[in-house]
Amino acid sequence: MIDDFILNAIMAGIFVALAAGPLGCFLVWRKMAYFGDTISHSALMGVGLGIALGTGSPWVIMVTCALVSGILLLLQRGGKFSSDTLLGILAHSALSIGLIIIALQESLRQDLMFFLIGDILAIDVRGIFDIGLMSIVALGGLFYIWKPLLSLTVHEDLARVEGVNVLKVKIIYMLLIALLVAFAMQVIGALLITSLMIIPAAAARNFSRTPLQMVFYSMILGSISVIMGIKMSSIWDLPAGPAIVLSAFILFLVGRIVPSRFRA
Amino acid sequence: MSGDLKSLIALEKVSLSFSGRAILSEVSFSVSRGEIVTLIGPNGAGKSTVMRIALGLQEPDKGQVRRAPGISIGYMPQKIIIEDILPISTRDFLMLRPGVTLAHVEAVMDLVRISHVGQSPVQRVSGGEMQRVLMARALLGEPDLIVLDEPVQGVDIAGQEELYQLIGKIRREKNCGVLMISHDLHMVMAGTDKVICLNRHICCSGAPENIQDHPEYHALLKGQPKGIALYTHNHDHTHDSQGNVVSGHKSGQSHKSGQSHKSGCRHD
Repeated sequence: MIDDFILNAIMAGIFVALAAGPLGCFLVWRKMAYFGDTISHSALMGVGLGIALGTGSPWVIMVTCALVSGILLLLQRGGKFSSDTLLGILAHSALSIGLIIIALQESLRQDLMFFLIGDILAIDVRGIFDIGLMSIVALGGLFYIWKPLLSLTVHEDLARVEGVNVLKVKIIYMLLIALLVAFAMQVIGALLITSLMIIPAAAARNFSRTPLQMVFYSMILGSISVIMGIKMSSIWDLPAGPAIVLSAFILFLVGRIVPSRFRA
Repeated sequence: MSGDLKSLIALEKVSLSFSGRAILSEVSFSVSRGEIVTLIGPNGAGKSTVMRIALGLQEPDKGQVRRAPGISIGYMPQKIIIEDILPISTRDFLMLRPGVTLAHVEAVMDLVRISHVGQSPVQRVSGGEMQRVLMARALLGEPDLIVLDEPVQGVDIAGQEELYQLIGKIRREKNCGVLMISHDLHMVMAGTDKVICLNRHICCSGAPENIQDHPEYHALLKGQPKGIALYTHNHDHTHDSQGNVVSGHKSGQSHKSGQSHKSGCRHD
């Protein structure tokens, strides 16, 4: 007999994993793993702003994330600083602003841990519905930009010459990440959401021969991590978010250890 | 050149500088349908920058780039690094060109003879094969203009001949324009209609047989071993219209199609 709250948690977690894996594959391919952190740190700023405005709506978080992404695109145009430097600057500036806003609000100080690692076991049916919808929109959006995004990931200049609207595709992709992060905060928290994008995607590489296969396996491995993590969490009374990430890490290691003949 | 309907792309007095240092000044040339234009010049001459401006990847500070409306451009970059983390076969890499079908991709792979690596990860093909893969990508989508950045660099002599023959064949069959950078200051492909000798400005330009006698060209070669001049990669004896370019070495030949040379060149 599985408790309802465990089932709810598993469903919400799987919805997040289904969107995080494919979006994460592109982070890994584009060598932009740190972008996930920048966005999730911005999400923390979004939480603070939302509470200051008197709302807990994920849309405030998403708009904040989108704004930081926009600033990143603008700063990249100058070309003086490399992307990883800019991402580091933005990530920590957003994080600091977020922490300051949260610290200024008495009621929030106690709940900081909640925003950092989430509380998947507290998800209700309404939450599952929202996260499911987010997952469908994120996957649909990614499907829509799949080929041009893959093309500019392989070689941006080539894609541009061949008529890909690089800026438009990049903006859509960043908005999809912002959407995912905003809605996944409650499930896994700002600190750990990047790992659900990066680790299943990297683990999937061991078994994949095509981009589509890697996306598919990242969804499966992410979902298994969620189930394993929540199971571990309920057996040993561990925090659920970190247990999910630990499970993903174990799957990644297993993928590295299996004999190479099983690998792609 | 402004009224030339045949020209696929034309650069008009294009200048560019980075933080006050002139990279290009007043570069003008055009590429017409069926014409092969080769850019040569020493390292740092701005060849790649000219190409990026022609492709629309870089905006010039001054001057204009005009492209014939609606033309399709095939681009072969010089080098392409695809991370191992992205699992992609050669065929899927070629399928990334917008609007192509599998049948089309397979036909082009056959043309450049890379069908045997179609299923291989694109990171695993050899250097010479990769050049052909990139050329295949440039040929997809029925381009009106093909832009090639050092297409035969790192390819052995036999492979170079083959690639050059292929470029010539495609030019004849599709009547497209070709703009390429030669990696070698001394060698351009046979069949090149116009050589542009670049050193931040156009030093001289014209048919290969005119360039090899041009004082500006020789000035560029200063310090290089003697006895080396512009050599036309002469592979194809059946096409005598191009085949006689090397033997057509006449001193004192006038600059028929070349642009007049401007004074004030820096050659460093």
